[in-house]
Amino acid sequence: MTQQETMTGATAVMKSLEKLGVDVIFGYPGGAILPAYDPMLDSPIRHILVRHEQGAIHAAQGYAHATGKLGVCIVTSGPAATNLVTGLCDAHMDSIPVLAITGQVSSKSIGTDAFQEADVTGITMPVTKHNELVTHPERIAAAIKEAAHIATTGRPGPVLVDIPKDILATTFDYQWPQHIDLPGYRPTIRGHSRMVKEAVKMIGQAKRPVIYAGGGLVRADAAEELRELAELFQLPVVTTLMARGVFPEDHELAVGMPGMHGHYAAVRAFQETDLLVTLGARFDDRVTGDLESFAPYAKVIHVDVDPAEIGKNRYADVPIVGDAKVVVGQIVKSARERIDRGDDVLPDTSAWREHVATMKREHPLRCEQDPDGPIKPQTAITKIYETWGAEATYVAGVGQHQMWTSQLIPWSRPRQWINSGGLGTMGFAVPAAIGAKVGMEDKPVVAIDGDGCFQMTFQEIGAAVHHDIPVVFCVINNGYLGMVRQWQHLFYDDRLSSVHLPQDIPDLVKLADAYGIPGFRATTMDELEAVLEKAGQITDQCILIDVRVDPEEMVFPMVPAGQSNEMLIESVEELREREAKQRAAAEAAAIEGGA
Amino acid sequence: MADPGRHLLSVLVENKPGVLTRIAGMFARRGYNIHSLAVGPTDDPTLSRLTLVVGSDAVQVEQIVKQLNKLINVIKILELDPAESVERELQMVKVNAPAEVRGQILQLVDVFRAKVCDVDHDAITIEASGSPEKLEALAELLEPYGIRELVRSGTISLGRGAKAITDGSKPRMQRVV
Repeated sequence: MTQQETMTGATAVMKSLEKLGVDVIFGYPGGAILPAYDPMLDSPIRHILVRHEQGAIHAAQGYAHATGKLGVCIVTSGPAATNLVTGLCDAHMDSIPVLAITGQVSSKSIGTDAFQEADVTGITMPVTKHNELVTHPERIAAAIKEAAHIATTGRPGPVLVDIPKDILATTFDYQWPQHIDLPGYRPTIRGHSRMVKEAVKMIGQAKRPVIYAGGGLVRADAAEELRELAELFQLPVVTTLMARGVFPEDHELAVGMPGMHGHYAAVRAFQETDLLVTLGARFDDRVTGDLESFAPYAKVIHVDVDPAEIGKNRYADVPIVGDAKVVVGQIVKSARERIDRGDDVLPDTSAWREHVATMKREHPLRCEQDPDGPIKPQTAITKIYETWGAEATYVAGVGQHQMWTSQLIPWSRPRQWINSGGLGTMGFAVPAAIGAKVGMEDKPVVAIDGDGCFQMTFQEIGAAVHHDIPVVFCVINNGYLGMVRQWQHLFYDDRLSSVHLPQDIPDLVKLADAYGIPGFRATTMDELEAVLEKAGQITDQCILIDVRVDPEEMVFPMVPAGQSNEMLIESVEELREREAKQRAAAEAAAIEGGA
Repeated sequence: MADPGRHLLSVLVENKPGVLTRIAGMFARRGYNIHSLAVGPTDDPTLSRLTLVVGSDAVQVEQIVKQLNKLINVIKILELDPAESVERELQMVKVNAPAEVRGQILQLVDVFRAKVCDVDHDAITIEASGSPEKLEALAELLEPYGIRELVRSGTISLGRGAKAITDGSKPRMQRVV
């Protein structure tokens, strides 16, 4: 096992990746990384040539998100490495295990402002879980092994390994390390048993408990455990944007999505609950709104593998550091043991559940589709889902289309939904969908993108066509940066500033033609039906569908930015009514003050 | 005497390039305030030890410690209780010392158990170590003679008693398949 082999640093990079079980890498060659592209020809690892380095890292993210495995990308120094920064930051925010390998200028040129030199470890320090500049070839294998370990364990995240060109070119005695030396890195996996017992007790005493299920449950593959916990205690389950699908939407305990564009019942459940059972979630501002008035009656149980998340935004009455799968399992086990002993640990949540169910029934998402009118974006997304169904993976960009997709699709399994949550990276969908498709070859992958997002990264269709990665690209084309337009309409007196993107620029059907793939356009409901009927038959190549939708449609419910979740509105009329009331109250107060 | 917002953190880190940048960057990025920082080697050449004085409330210090712990190269963090630890800073002061006042200045040096480490015709350089309060007092008393320049190190500190920061540490190497 410990035998040495003589090889170049570049070969050692490929051998190390093979040792880790990596089967695909997304990349783009260039000067400093050139040596690594030669042994790649002899490696069983598949290389997908993207069209821009940002595409490489988003594809690696999509792959990692879809499969749960490490996503790997490899690019050259300088501008190529800086093009990774957005994706690294995105993966850091959404805890996606990604390994980025970058070429660096030769050791002796470092610090001289050489051609295509950038301080990549310096630049990426705040947006990676860890990074390393390799300074001798003997370090390559250990650096890559440690990077993969760090990226995939604890709270997952991106790790970057920067390797100078001379080190890639040097011949040395390669040896795969048996051990790793990370004295400062030991994630806690098991929850503290006293805290677990305390959690069981607290759930048992709650009157209006609710599970706040976050993306950490997806990363920890804890869907099974979550379901057991929810069913055992009969707890309503709210799933965040990052967790959609970890609990099936058709389950009677499912409440929907919380936050700024969450479902009414989910937002209200948080405001009314007396116990938030927080699992792998981080009290993000898009969930909490104004933090002071968020869940004002709630005690908090907070389970997270990252201790720094606990107590960061909201005080935790019962903090539990550990892997979500393990800790939720511990809670269930501890409760079952007490039940077996005849203890009464299960709360009576029937009245509360009935109340939540009533809110759900009385406040559904609203969208009226006129069969002869323009296609509503919500209709388009629902019809797209009906075409590709539950077995498909759906990938979104950022904005209105993302919120509608998250709200409307009846999610049924984890990893069915891929999007950029924390960083909100426009342009994420096209490359991430390609990466996801590479990881799930037998299942359809559908990118539901906005027209703004699409134009940021659509060059990656080139990579998809070239490498025969059949992805369905649907553009919900409203001719606007829809979410920005919505805010300008609501809060800036409809003064629309730089948000119009003419629907014909570019002509997406011609664009599809240019890439040699089927392109479709739907502008009416009849056309939409016909187009999806045809497109649904195609499984062996990329498809681009331009759905022209009503540009005026807005995402509701909505909590205006920075406001309390108490200010949730379900329609523009409700907002205007409230504003009128506030004005009237202010005027009345002014008159009274004057008198 | 103790300032409730003043916290003393002793941080054991791997002696690797960029570690200080990672720590300083984390403080800057998250808006935490460093009053003083001292870093140097330890008895183990693979490790360095930092002493940080931070100005924060208890909740924020807890978050600082957690964020520091997330850095892969950070091995261990201790918050030192000022009552249960020894704190020292080093100060060098170059002060005007013409012959007529030199005697007075040397008396001060004596009182503060400081040392003269350089002498010139018009000035002497005094080296003193001790608590921040003691060094401030010395500087204040030297002020009237005219301080030409002054330099002070960050605080370094060790807990009192036999216990060491490395006590109870696990073996370094982990086996990962």
